[in-house]
Amino acid sequence: MSQAVIDRLCAHFGDRILETSDAFGDHEVVVALRDWVEVAERLKNDDELQMDHFIDLTAIDHPERQDARFDLVLMTRSSVAGARIRVRTRVEEGEAAGTLTHVWSGANWAEREVWDMFGIEFEGHPDLRRILLYEEFVGHPLRKDYPIDKAQPLVPYREVEDIQKLPPFGIEEGQPFARIDWEARLRGRDRQVSPAIGLQHGQRRALSDSEAARRIQARIAARKEEGAEAGEPEGAKEGSGA
Amino acid sequence: MEPADELLNEDAALELHTDPMRLNMGPSHPAMHGTIRMVLDLDGETLVNLDVQPGYLHRGFEKSCERGTWTQVFPYADRLNYVSPMLNNVGWSLAVEKLLQIEVPERCQYYRVILGELSRIADHFTCNGASAMELGAFTPFLWLLKVRDWVWDILERETGARMTHSFGRIGGMAAPPTATFKDDVRRVIPEVFKVVKETETMLIRNRIFLDRMQGVGVLTKEQALSYGCTGPVARSTGLPYDVRKDHPYLVYDRFDFDVPIGEDGDNWDRFMVRLEEIRQSVRIIEQAIEQMPDEGPINIDDPRITYPDKQAVYTTIEATIAHFKLVMEGLQVPKGEAYSFTEGGNGELGFYIVSDGSGTPYRVRVRPPCWYNLAASREMLLGGMIADIIPTFGSVNMIGGECDR
Repeated sequence: MSQAVIDRLCAHFGDRILETSDAFGDHEVVVALRDWVEVAERLKNDDELQMDHFIDLTAIDHPERQDARFDLVLMTRSSVAGARIRVRTRVEEGEAAGTLTHVWSGANWAEREVWDMFGIEFEGHPDLRRILLYEEFVGHPLRKDYPIDKAQPLVPYREVEDIQKLPPFGIEEGQPFARIDWEARLRGRDRQVSPAIGLQHGQRRALSDSEAARRIQARIAARKEEGAEAGEPEGAKEGSGA
Repeated sequence: MEPADELLNEDAALELHTDPMRLNMGPSHPAMHGTIRMVLDLDGETLVNLDVQPGYLHRGFEKSCERGTWTQVFPYADRLNYVSPMLNNVGWSLAVEKLLQIEVPERCQYYRVILGELSRIADHFTCNGASAMELGAFTPFLWLLKVRDWVWDILERETGARMTHSFGRIGGMAAPPTATFKDDVRRVIPEVFKVVKETETMLIRNRIFLDRMQGVGVLTKEQALSYGCTGPVARSTGLPYDVRKDHPYLVYDRFDFDVPIGEDGDNWDRFMVRLEEIRQSVRIIEQAIEQMPDEGPINIDDPRITYPDKQAVYTTIEATIAHFKLVMEGLQVPKGEAYSFTEGGNGELGFYIVSDGSGTPYRVRVRPPCWYNLAASREMLLGGMIADIIPTFGSVNMIGGECDR
């Protein structure tokens, strides 16, 4: 059924159809990049073909290949005949392909995705910007030379004037690790304070520096001394018990 | 004549003059399930322009597939459309099997059909239930989810997991059907029918529901074709395209079922198409249950593809080696490229795979139905009211995992 599409294309374009294939039952034609848009327009508008159903547009990266680096693959279907065809072209790095957005509206998002993932530009695309990733992303992740475990630095929050505070907060701002005012607690006045007030009152000062900490350490030291004094008789008792 | 009316000249309509306003909807908005952001340009409450921005759930499915074995794609495939993961599992199996040029045993084909159709029922239940809930009808949502849970009970008994099954295997399935499989399915099917009927009674004569659904979010047939819409979104516009009918795979050509289509391409048609598809799925399951052989292998008999029997792995050196090679190197898929497509929950789910002859995929491209359906949602929404976004976006049934990949 789809072989008829190939025959029709070959009859019309002659040797501008570079290769044809029906491997695994998928009918495919290979065309040069300069014929890309013309072939697509023909597929859509030809009275016999009527490939009006856009299916998919994607790319494959072959960095080790000598001639052109990328394969651009288009799949369409005819809603009338039910025939399917795959069109392939080869794109060199830095080359731009013609856009198909005027042929099928679905090509709009597909081409944006190919641009985002592979960095292939589409000439005449009305709105060629990244679609899955963000503008600040560096590189094109589906290229083979993009490492899968590569991490990109977090994008800083955009600065907005007139708004004094935007996240991320500084290291001394926001919620401290503990909400408990330890000094107050050790002074016997255990009350919860808001983090901001606690910060102003020096709440997050290291415990070892504070007056209370010194008191605790003194108490611990005293307890140790008591233990040392009482330790011997206890040890003797245990010894005798055994 | 009242003095106030005299002040109105022909240019000034009765409506109040408003300045255009830009509003961000999402990415974390209750109605934007799947984290989508919509930048709306509003004139009053009318959408004059909008930009749909996916990408908040992007996690690199295609890139991740390029570093494991062919079998290790199954857990990723599960998470494409996490509402009907079994359909993705089967789709991926069929794609690799197309490159390997093998066909699974008949019993497995029926098994895949039944599990897949059960998933489709669960998928449509979720979509229609959520659509109703977002319009304030909470009861049908709970009813539908109740039945979805019964469907999931079957899937859990078969696969061990309720949602992300990872149950497909290349050349078969992870396990044969349980002894009670057919009885379980036969018991649940009538309940499914009952709840579909109940939901219909509750919703399709409800004035509020009708007003929000009918004539809202209209997509024409030409637009659907041009945008690459498939599945219920395309069928609601009157395009009778169903992969199961047009390009039958597995054993779908042996079943008698219809492809429901709509006329107007509005929310109502999408809702009704899904509801009818549940019935058709039930029909398929009923026939498949009768035709499915009780005995016979599930996996193809090829030690280069199928894992050896676990007992043999522990007791014989040949099976140990085969198992080791399959796990460590992965099964070897011959060099080539193929596009295999199935009818997923939301339309044509295609896998375009490129193999360089090794145990790792060279390139995996998923053709997600939601991606193009979502692209077309702009056409459905433009010119409508801001409140119409909720039912329209709900009936498109955008699944974030599939869309962002």
